[in-house]
Amino acid sequence: MTDTLLVFALLALTAALSIPVAVLLGRALDTTGDRLDAVLDRALGPRRFQDLRGYLVALFLFNATLFAVAWLVFAFQGSLPLNPDAIGGMPPDLAFHTASSFTTNTNLQHYSGEVALSYLSQILGVGWLQFTSAASGIACLAALARGLRGERHDGRLTLGDFNRDVARVVVFVLLPLSLVVALLLIVGGTPMTLEGAAVAETLEGSVQRIARGPVAAIVAIKQLGTNGGGYFGPNSTHPFENPSLFTAFVEASAILLIPMACVWLFGRMTRRPGDARVIFAAMTALFLLFSIPATQIELAPNPAVAGLDVAAGPNLEGKELRFGDAVGSFWAVATTSTSNGSVAAMHDSLQPLTGLIALGGMFLSCIYGGVGVGMINMFLYVILAVFLAGTMVGRTPEYLGRKVEAREMTLATLALLLPPLLILGGTAVFAATDLGASTTSNPGPHGFSQILYEMSSAAANNGSGFEGLGDDTVAWNLVTGLWMMLGRYLPIVLPLAIAWNLGGKRLVPETSGTLRTNTFVFGAFLVGSVLLLGALLFLPAAVLGPVAEHLRLG
Amino acid sequence: MQRAPSRLFEPSQLRAALRDSFVMLSPRRMARNPVMFTCEIGAVLTTIAIVLSPGDRLYASVVSVVLWLTVLFANFAEALAEARGRAQTKSLRTARAKTRARRVRDDDAIEEVDGDALRPGDLVRVAAGETIPADGEIVRGVASIDESAITGESAPVVREAGGDRSSVTGGTRVLSDEIDVRVTAEPGGSFLDRMIALVEGAKRQKTPNELALTILLSGLTLAFLLVTVCLEPMARYFDAHLDVPTLVALLVCLIPTTIGALLAAIGIAGMDRALAAKLVAKSGRAVELAGDVDTVLLDKTGTITKGNRQATAFHPAPGVARELLLETVLAASEGDDTPEGRSIAILAGKESDAPAMSAGTVVPFSARTRLSGVDLPDGTRLRKGAIDAAERFLREAGGELPEAVRKSAHSVAERGGTPLVVVRDTRALGVVELSDVLKDGIAERFARLRRMGLRIVMVTGDNPITAAFIAKAAGVDDFIAEATPEEKLAYIEREQRDGRLVAMMGDGTNDAPALAQADLGVAMNSGTQAAKEAANMVDLESDPTKLIEVVEIGKQLLMTRGALTTFSIANDVAKYFAIVPALFVAALPELAALDVMDLGSPRSAILSALIFNALVIPALVPLALRGVQYRPVGANALLRRNLLVYGLGGVVAPFVGIKLIDLVVSLLPGF
Repeated sequence: MTDTLLVFALLALTAALSIPVAVLLGRALDTTGDRLDAVLDRALGPRRFQDLRGYLVALFLFNATLFAVAWLVFAFQGSLPLNPDAIGGMPPDLAFHTASSFTTNTNLQHYSGEVALSYLSQILGVGWLQFTSAASGIACLAALARGLRGERHDGRLTLGDFNRDVARVVVFVLLPLSLVVALLLIVGGTPMTLEGAAVAETLEGSVQRIARGPVAAIVAIKQLGTNGGGYFGPNSTHPFENPSLFTAFVEASAILLIPMACVWLFGRMTRRPGDARVIFAAMTALFLLFSIPATQIELAPNPAVAGLDVAAGPNLEGKELRFGDAVGSFWAVATTSTSNGSVAAMHDSLQPLTGLIALGGMFLSCIYGGVGVGMINMFLYVILAVFLAGTMVGRTPEYLGRKVEAREMTLATLALLLPPLLILGGTAVFAATDLGASTTSNPGPHGFSQILYEMSSAAANNGSGFEGLGDDTVAWNLVTGLWMMLGRYLPIVLPLAIAWNLGGKRLVPETSGTLRTNTFVFGAFLVGSVLLLGALLFLPAAVLGPVAEHLRLG
Repeated sequence: MQRAPSRLFEPSQLRAALRDSFVMLSPRRMARNPVMFTCEIGAVLTTIAIVLSPGDRLYASVVSVVLWLTVLFANFAEALAEARGRAQTKSLRTARAKTRARRVRDDDAIEEVDGDALRPGDLVRVAAGETIPADGEIVRGVASIDESAITGESAPVVREAGGDRSSVTGGTRVLSDEIDVRVTAEPGGSFLDRMIALVEGAKRQKTPNELALTILLSGLTLAFLLVTVCLEPMARYFDAHLDVPTLVALLVCLIPTTIGALLAAIGIAGMDRALAAKLVAKSGRAVELAGDVDTVLLDKTGTITKGNRQATAFHPAPGVARELLLETVLAASEGDDTPEGRSIAILAGKESDAPAMSAGTVVPFSARTRLSGVDLPDGTRLRKGAIDAAERFLREAGGELPEAVRKSAHSVAERGGTPLVVVRDTRALGVVELSDVLKDGIAERFARLRRMGLRIVMVTGDNPITAAFIAKAAGVDDFIAEATPEEKLAYIEREQRDGRLVAMMGDGTNDAPALAQADLGVAMNSGTQAAKEAANMVDLESDPTKLIEVVEIGKQLLMTRGALTTFSIANDVAKYFAIVPALFVAALPELAALDVMDLGSPRSAILSALIFNALVIPALVPLALRGVQYRPVGANALLRRNLLVYGLGGVVAPFVGIKLIDLVVSLLPGF
């Protein structure tokens, strides 16, 4: 019980901390002409004022470069420096998957971190991408807000300067915050070194090689940037990544911090703090709706041991006991809601309904969501809710003073179609064929859940896994590698196009007949729409997997 | 106001709609509505499945019948809305019946031609008892015309060449005199033709909001198609087999068929409602736009105030008996036939029962003296007039205007009234206050408009002081005083620059530019052809307060759409709980626990959900045709109410409905 209270106190503390972080983000993305700008003027050339096309081209060029470099590093790490443990190169399909995974801020890992990556790969392939992919997402949110507020330069609409946005986010926000978090982790006992694996002679006389490295630095950005890719295979259940309850709290807080701050940033940049409050409240309501049952379900005894002659207690399978009873399940909700993907408990061992909640977080991808992109996803739901609620009050719908019409609805509908297409389509093909059916470690509903989870994790750019799935196959690598890219870029391109369109429209003044989007009623309707749409699209799949398993455990 | 009878279901309309529902099954027609087209394809697939699948023919047949019924119900809703529209245009069509016309040739000779042969620019002569063959402008003569065919109003109206009352509509009848009319409409393009085509849906185009909603509904249909298609391979993982009728049943239950079926009917019904209020919209878009209006420009005279100024008070000068003032003013107004004069007599007569003074000589108002009155037989001169004119009269007669009377007159003017000073020979007896009288209930109507979020702007030719006073009394937000057409146009443009949607009503030719510039221009039918051309709606009753109704009809149209969409999507929750356990209960028996409604059997569950889905369409037809009631309570309260009724109601209702249907269906053998 105390554990449960503690994690929810942590949630409240993080929410409070997110407000100053949003101020920092605002300074990074909504100020010009400071000293950093002068430095960047020299480094990147003068500030550009990109239109929709220009901004997106810059995003793709930058990300394509990141992807290419990462692929090369992963594939050829065996012959590159900073490889004290002489780890060989990755096979091309795994390198493709891994490069795609880190470029898209997913960090789905079909390999085990400490034994498959050299230090160069950890730093250049993983650490560097964890900064830049996170910054890309936040930059796009800033562009969305600029679009919505109809930002103009010399009378022409502009979304900003992508490269400059990325650089400013990294320098102003990600680096300083990572430094703070890394120091806290080092204080908590996380290793930070570039020396090779420690070698120890055990009591039995055999030699043990203990992997280590620049762990604290990478774990800090892994959590702050909703990356989630572990330095070690077992991720944040590993005692070096997450040594104690203290580090667990630091990391859990870091998971939620920037996604929360992104909502406030949206409010600041669109000059609609009231709207941001309502969106934040809606997200928090959804988060509580997910995390309270999750922690309670995991506190109940495992039905498998019911009636057996063992002490009744929480479901302990796959949990790290040093974190207490509630951290693992709370973390499971936080990490799936935010598209982070790091784990502090084995999700495969969660009770089926907790597994469903974790899946739900990825289906929706908007409960705080990934850095930048979570708020962008929520924007799509807001547009949808505005359209329905707007017509219900007898006006053609408008959002932030601009009319939502056929063009915007086309783009929003396309964006909303994408997750079911990737998740359900992928699951259907893999479940019906040996591509997926032969890779599951369990028969029946649980095996089905493993496939569904992997597809969802890729499509939602989450990166966590129902471990147990044998996912390092060519088919899994290629399909989820592609899914991560589609799941990353389309949900950025389409909303940005909507914002760009809206920004060009004439501003309609608010009257008492205008639908207000900063009210409790709208917030409640937003929560309802998100849940209803998510339920309608994913319920059959959820019923076949986790729900059936739950009923079977009965 | 006379309203078209609003009985929802006329037997003749029902018969016509029933026949049309089958005609509309043609795929080309159905493809306009993606949701129902998907439903029709599903019905075809299931029908094929009856023949091809060796399995259960009874089940497949029943599912197929319900699917066809669903499509037919949707068609019926649209057909019924069209039939109702047709009924309203019936009288119009009679008026459009072939007419002969007497065309005036260039050499002034008259030739008889077919009404259809007339072209714009032709000149026709129409005499008493004849029907006007085409829309046009009177160029010579004056006539009284029976316009009941289009307005339903039996009292004839006078139309004359020149001025703002020169336009005539084809199909109306000349009752007296003879006129020459210059034809302005192409054959088939007349006002009546356009009106009929629009109401009957022949030329119906999707409005912008309807289009956006159709896109959303198509997206949802596609998403649910994906859900259903993916379910079959997923089921294979569990070695379960799903047959075609079941999958189609699931799909049709999930896609938003309710709103898909009623969307067209809602749009047509909106136009019908406008027509019932004697408003002819030139496009469906105009009706939809009306709901968005932010600013309405209303003329003062006739809309806000009752026509002319009326006497509202008497202010005797100090030392003058009130009775004397009343007597004098009554006598002075004897020969005054102006509305102001009559109103003075009426008010004074009400207060005083003094016998009328013996009739004298009436001195009519003249531009030189600017006074009117009576010279009594004993030589007493009674006069009333504006303050400066009265003062001059007094001075010439050797009298003087007392300071108290001057003050009293000024204070009347400050209140927005017109002061008339009453003079008896050399004495000023006091002041008559003439002022605008607000129409009954106008302040409440404006309060209603303001709660709807509208800005009301009064347009008047009065000076700013008077205008400000009336504006305050009536409760409008702003006014344009000493308004000229250019000023109106500039005001509209200014509002639009601020992003507001402006509606205005007008009748004169000089209103045409402003009507065209306004987002929603409503022309009075009595107005000129130019005004009617520039507007997007024409008010057949020429009632200046009609703008208020226009806005409500527009809002109602949008609300009905939004409410039924929400209802339709919310319905899916219950359908899932009925169908999903039924789908997999063979392969995963534990899923029976999800059957919260405790339905008879898997088949009965699927069928009940499908039947509910079909029946809800005709059940909601009355709502679609009548529209969701609009209350001017502000957007938030409206949203709360509609969410409760159509959102929450939409989740709960089908649980009850499906359970009830299931109780009946499970009695059938084989279910």
